[in-house]
This record gives sequence, structure tokens and C-alpha cells, in this order.
Amino acid sequence: MSSILNVAEEETSSNDSNTESSSNDNVSYIPHKLVHSDQCYSRLMALKRMGIVNNYEKIRKLCITIVGIGGVGSVAAEMLVRCGIGKIILFDYDQVEWSNMNRLFYQPRHIGLSKVEAAGLTLSSINPDVIIETHHMDITKVETYEFFLDSLETSGLTFGHPVDMVLSCVDNFEARMAINSACNEKNITWFESGVAENAVSGHIQMIVPGKTACFACAPPLMVSAGIDEKSIKKEGVCAASLPTTMGIISGFLVQNALKKLLQFGKVSDYLGYMALTDFFPTMTLKPNPFCQDNYCKIRQDEYKLNEKQQPPDNCEPAPSEDSVVHDDNTWGITLVSESEPEKSHEQDLSLPTGINREFTVDSLPCNEDEEVSVGEETLEDLQCKMKAL
Amino acid sequence: MGDESKKTLSKIPLLKTKAGPRDKELWPQRLKEEYISLIQYVQNNKKTDNDWFKLESNKEGTRWFGKCWFIHNLLKYEFDIEFDIPVTFPVTAPEIAIPELDGKTAKMYRGGKICLSDHFKPLWGKNVPKFGIAHAMALGLGPWLAVEVPDLIEKGVIKYKEKEQS
Repeated sequence: MSSILNVAEEETSSNDSNTESSSNDNVSYIPHKLVHSDQCYSRLMALKRMGIVNNYEKIRKLCITIVGIGGVGSVAAEMLVRCGIGKIILFDYDQVEWSNMNRLFYQPRHIGLSKVEAAGLTLSSINPDVIIETHHMDITKVETYEFFLDSLETSGLTFGHPVDMVLSCVDNFEARMAINSACNEKNITWFESGVAENAVSGHIQMIVPGKTACFACAPPLMVSAGIDEKSIKKEGVCAASLPTTMGIISGFLVQNALKKLLQFGKVSDYLGYMALTDFFPTMTLKPNPFCQDNYCKIRQDEYKLNEKQQPPDNCEPAPSEDSVVHDDNTWGITLVSESEPEKSHEQDLSLPTGINREFTVDSLPCNEDEEVSVGEETLEDLQCKMKAL
Repeated sequence: MGDESKKTLSKIPLLKTKAGPRDKELWPQRLKEEYISLIQYVQNNKKTDNDWFKLESNKEGTRWFGKCWFIHNLLKYEFDIEFDIPVTFPVTAPEIAIPELDGKTAKMYRGGKICLSDHFKPLWGKNVPKFGIAHAMALGLGPWLAVEVPDLIEKGVIKYKEKEQS
């Protein structure tokens, strides 16, 4: 065990710990030399013999990027590594803390390590066949976002090829929007996942740029707790979490990612989970033609063109009848008073029971004299003026 | 939100340009609007004897830092603040952080990012791209300080420091 920590300490000394390790390099991380054999995959290859998955071995050629390796992402990563994925790339800027110990995967001996380091060590010892690349960075920052974009485009299993899928396991809107715009730009299918801060509901959502609604097409969805929301007290706390809810969401996430990549079963475009009532709403979301993300609109045009040229794909499930079109859901430009929060939680009748928008957007005209008027001053003038205040 | 806060909010100029730091052409325009709006807000605060923060940014306007202060029982408590402009700005709001309070309150995310009310993000989302940094200060950091600082002082987590009285 101490050898693992020693390796980890050496790595922490470099600030930006981008460790790329092939299966051979990883031998030193393994405390007891594993006797590797095909037995590792025997139960997985049985899926093929049973006719459930026809091309299971394809998994060895796949590369998945996971952004956020906390309670959901770390478990999802472990599942993929145990499934024998070809390569995973992990992005996270956080470190392991005591408050994470109510979740799966990380252990007290990891406290103080960056999550990517701790995960890299554990995952490579579970399955040294998998190529694991880790990046300790916050992708929402201007300096790191370009690196993230480049990684999506060129860090697939074969260098210079894009990754096959992105799994978003982050806990905030900013990072989800950053992943969304990057995947729209690079045209990469991704899954969004989330567990509510009340720990009793969660969701996964598949986003195929141009085909299904992107994360910016409409205000975010929320799965209700299934109880009176007003009864949830938030004084003195930010977020609660349960290993059960997170484990369930990780399972749903990887299950649907595998179904999509290995083409078996029916992939859920959106799957909600209400823990208090064991209710699982599903739905399909179509993209918004007026989406604010320009790349989303480009992908929508490409998809339409492609659809016209190709016969319908029978492998893909047909959109269900209650598909939602968000023509009227343009992201708004309206000043709305905070004293009307109830409105934001009204049931949108086009959504299944238990799923709501986090807020609605009403388009009211804006008074021009409330707007800022830009004069002759240069940016430098303004910066000086602000400093002198 | 009380009538007084609404009045304060309505006096902060709204922004026009929807551009983030990756928009090479439009970002300088947005940044100018941010500064004009912030300057107006600070001037309003000074006029009403309610000046409560000082902010500046790097040249590119992508990283902001400064101080905020809060008066409690006639004593002034001062904190360093910082935040980055995310690549998805202004669709997503900046996440204001008070690093020195990291780990001292549950109403914070890692790195000292303040935990905003359930109202803030929907309100920001509805007002893209009109809300800017000044609005994030008025609707995000201001109310957070008003609720959390007295509580932290009462719990003894924050202690008054003489030299803070600048």
C-alpha cells in the first residue's frame, strides 16, 4: 500500500499532473503482480455467446472521456475499466476529501490526493489492460478549455482520432455547459448525468449533437423529489448525497453508454430516477431550432441533411409520441423579479410527470434606458476608473 | 427580495452584448459594458453610503479579484474575493469565491465558491445576456454575506481583526 502512496506523492509534486500511462508503465503501480488471463473477460464474452451483445470485443477499441470523477464519475470509470474499455481519459480539478467518504470508490488513504491521481492508481491496478490518461484541470477556464477541445478531437485510442464518447459526471451547471459547447463543436455524443442536491433524485440524458436536444436547447430539466419540495430544508447546508443514488445513476449512465456504443438494446434519451417513489420517467427531447449554441444549430442542419440522404436507421429507436419540441423555449432576455419563483416550478405539460424545467423563459420587451450605454472611453480608461473608485 | 434590493437592482445598467472570453471580436465590447455597469453600481453604493466591495480584473478581463466587506455590530469584517469568467459566460454566471472561508461553512463549494440560493441561477438564466458581474455581486455575493457572515461571527468561526479596519 505504501508503494502506491509513494508513487502518488511523486506525482503530486508536479503541478499539472498529466499522466499518460500505457499498460506496461502501470506495472509499478500494482501492489501484487496480477496473473492476467483471458478469464478476466470470460463473463463479458459470454454476453456474445448468449446473443445479447454481438460485438463485445469492440469495447477494446473504444475511448471514453469522463469529466468529473466524484461520486458518479469514479464509479462509472471503474465499471468501464472492469468491462475492458480500450482507453479512458479523466478530467477533474478536485481532490479527495473526508466529506467524500460516504460515496463509493475512494478510500481514506486517498485523502489529499487529486481525484484523478487516486482514480488513476486504483483503476490501473484493477485492469492494467486499459490505457488511462488523467488531467488535473478545470475545463471551464479559458486557459484549459482549448486543451479539452483538442483532447476530444485527437486523444482517441488511435492518436489523432476523436474520443468515442464523453460522460459528464460533474456537479455544476457551468461545467455541463462547457462540455455541451465542446461536444457540439467537435460533434461528439455525450451523456449528461446528475444527482440532485437532495440526494433522492437523479437523471441521465444522451445528447447526440443535432439529433437530440443539447444542454443549451432549453432551460435545464430537474427530476422532482416526489415529495413537497417546500418541505426540504436547506438552512446551513449546500448538498446532501447518498452512495446508493449515485451508484444507481452511475449504473444507468454506463449501461446506456455501453448500449449506445456496442449497439444493443434500446438507449434511453432521458431517464429520470425518483428514489422516494421508485419512479423512472423516460422521454425523448428534440433539439431547439433556435438554440443559442451556434454549433448546435450547425449540427441540426447536418443531421437533417443526413436524414434525407439515408434510409431510416432501424437500429435506433423511433422517437416516442410524446416527443417535446421546444420551439417556444428560446433562452430569454427578460428581467423577471425574484419574487415569482413558484412560476419556475410549474409543471410543463409537455414533460412527463415528475420532470420540470428549472425555470421558464418569458420574453418581455426590455426598457432601453435601463441598458448600459457605451461611450468613447477605452477599456483601459474604464479599468483605471474602476480602480480609482 | 425586499423593495430596497429591487430598487438597487433596477439601478444597475443591463448589458447588451452576448459574448464570452472566447469570442475574440465581441469580448472587448462585453468587457467594456461590464466595467460601465460595475462602475455605475459602485457609484450608486457610495451615494447611498453602502459601498461594500472593490473589484479589478486582469487585462483580458478573464480573472477578477478584490475585496468585500461587511459591517456587523459596528465592526468591519473584510474578505478577499476572486473568480474566473467561465468559457460559457454570460450563459453561466461567474462563481464568486472567498478562499479564506473555504472549509469554514457548509454553504460553500470547494475552493471557497459561495453556495448561491436556489433563486440565483434561474434568475441569471432568465436574464442572459443582460445580467453581468455587477448583478452577480448584488444578487449572489451580497445576500450570501448578509446571511452567512453574522452566523459565522456568532459561531466564532470569523473573528474581528484590528488591522482589517483600513
